[in-house]
Amino acid sequence: MAQMNMAESINLALDEAMGRDKRVIVMGEDVGYDEGVFRITKGLIAKYGDKRVIDTPLAEAGIIGTAIGMALYGLRPVAEIQFAGFEYYAYHQLEMHAGRFRNRTRGKLTVPMVMRAPSGGGIRAIEHHSESREAIYAHSPGLKVVMPSGPRNARALLHAAIQDPDPVVYYEPKALYRLFREDVPEQIETLPIGRAQVVKEGKDITLISYGATMRATLEAAEMLEEEDGVKAEVVDLLSITPLDTQTIIESTRKTGRAVVIHEGPRTCGLGAEVIARINEHVLLYLEAPIIRVTGYDVPIPYFAREMAYLPDADKVLNAARQTLSF
Amino acid sequence: MPRKAIELPHNIEYLSILNEKGEADSALEPKLEASTLKAMYRWMLLARRVDERLLKLQRQGRIGTFPQATGHEAISLGSILTIKPTDWHVPAYRETAGFLYRGWTIETILLYWKGFEEGARPPEGVNDTPISVPVASQLLHAAGLGMANNIAGDKNVVLTYFGDGASSEGDTHEALNFASVFQAPVVFVCLNNQFAISVPVSKQMRSETVTQKAVAYGMPGIRVDGNDVLAMYVASKEAVERARAGGGPTLIEALTYRYTPHTTADDPTRYRKEEESKQWADREPLIRFAKYLEKKKVLSEAERNTMEEEIETQIKNAIQNVEELVKHPPYSDPLAMFDYLYEDIPPFLQAQRDELAKALGINTNENKDDKKKDKASAGGRN
Repeated sequence: MAQMNMAESINLALDEAMGRDKRVIVMGEDVGYDEGVFRITKGLIAKYGDKRVIDTPLAEAGIIGTAIGMALYGLRPVAEIQFAGFEYYAYHQLEMHAGRFRNRTRGKLTVPMVMRAPSGGGIRAIEHHSESREAIYAHSPGLKVVMPSGPRNARALLHAAIQDPDPVVYYEPKALYRLFREDVPEQIETLPIGRAQVVKEGKDITLISYGATMRATLEAAEMLEEEDGVKAEVVDLLSITPLDTQTIIESTRKTGRAVVIHEGPRTCGLGAEVIARINEHVLLYLEAPIIRVTGYDVPIPYFAREMAYLPDADKVLNAARQTLSF
Repeated sequence: MPRKAIELPHNIEYLSILNEKGEADSALEPKLEASTLKAMYRWMLLARRVDERLLKLQRQGRIGTFPQATGHEAISLGSILTIKPTDWHVPAYRETAGFLYRGWTIETILLYWKGFEEGARPPEGVNDTPISVPVASQLLHAAGLGMANNIAGDKNVVLTYFGDGASSEGDTHEALNFASVFQAPVVFVCLNNQFAISVPVSKQMRSETVTQKAVAYGMPGIRVDGNDVLAMYVASKEAVERARAGGGPTLIEALTYRYTPHTTADDPTRYRKEEESKQWADREPLIRFAKYLEKKKVLSEAERNTMEEEIETQIKNAIQNVEELVKHPPYSDPLAMFDYLYEDIPPFLQAQRDELAKALGINTNENKDDKKKDKASAGGRN
């Protein structure tokens, strides 16, 4: 058991995966000798060499397109896009090919690859460095999409993503990279993709979130308990696709109230999908309309205004109170 | 500190071996066995007749829209002959001759144009990807396959195709650049038929040739008469051998003319003159190859006629087979749309599958027994 932050635990998972499986290749811009702009690939090129840790040309479609080719060949590429805000250059390769090869060839050719990208705001970055667009990938059939919320689950989810037989988008909430440390066990863990976790049990209201906004959500849950005596149940989705409908509806059936929290824009965001599934399955158990606390439908502002854009504990708390007093 | 011309590291060449009269340049002519030459003619003829039959089937409403490949047989066949089954074939969509040569059955090709994903499943025993509809996007897979070959320390080669229109796409640039930077064993064949639907190549680029772009990527480039199967064979063989020996990628520009509309949904009279098409008619690849073989006494007219008869029966039988086949599962089963998206069907997708089954009144319990699914093995090829 060691205390580590998320940057360290993702680095550990990459190291472990490369050590265990020669087919695992790390590739991207500056991932080699620079060890990644966030140092996520620290030490890898020294240990595994430049054949398996590849500094690519500065071209996102090239990175994802060639990763698809490598996966078709039988390797397990883990391709880094330096910031999620630049992934649109390569989006066509994920949508038109990564998510389709298995289906198109009736199971003959598959694309076991991972696209890693630091996503989300809160680090005072310049434009195009703070977006949270996981919903786009959720709308793209054939991909899996996961998003960790802490050092321990980040490592376990990355192992699961690398071992997965299908393409996985692994979004790293970069605001959490060095925000806090927690115990990460010695033994390699994997978390099943497609399963959410109830991280705090409660009976009065369900707070559903994932990624960076799990911090604000947990903080709000504590405030509810201390200030209002309300026991909130908190669900960490972890997987965006497949979304764990069962955990969401079981919790909401029990509490009858829910708030969904995420950083990405509201319209057609994950919140809309979560609420639709709740409505489909447990509408008659609901005591109040479900509220979304999300990013607004504007580009995430330049950093002077970004904190006002991002969900925080107060916004979650207000939404929960509004739901509880309906 | 002078100002002077920079010498470019590669010269680009043009290659033509067989002229329209069927005369070959004896210094450049490849030494091929009579049986090989005969087989080459047969593959090209088969591709041509399949293409023509597909057009008829489309007009009768028995297949969907499709892009003809008539006139492009030499490009595909001349190059595909130079790779091994373990090498990778990453086609675009006018490589009918290459598909047939690699073991894609006429039935499979028909399934594709009849709208079944089963028609995109590559045959066993070769490393092929299926038709790629988004132009140029497959070139990056080719570059990645070549990079993977180098990482694995293998000796395979990747042969890939794109068109003159596709040369404008960003993916073409990125693929050529990645292949060059990583010295990936990839042979890029640009099928320059001078049209991207209605837009002539002169509006696609100001460069005189596609070939000269090779210089910018630091790789050898050669322009080939794309209607000359011998020249295509020689240029490809050289590029494939160089790639296999660790010499990196090559760009081959195969110059031809799009003899047909872009697809069956296109009307070329809107944008080009018929006289132009007529000029190119004499240069098409099959006639000159037939003349060459006749001169060499490799293939007589009588033998060609026998081939024609055999091919006609072959195609007729394939059409009959497929039209019977699609009446049965999995072709007749709409629920098969759900079965190959992920290795294991996730609950949310199973629920959608059940919903459609119910809407269509299909008993899924019966259906499950018919469902034959290939489990993924360790690699990306099952």
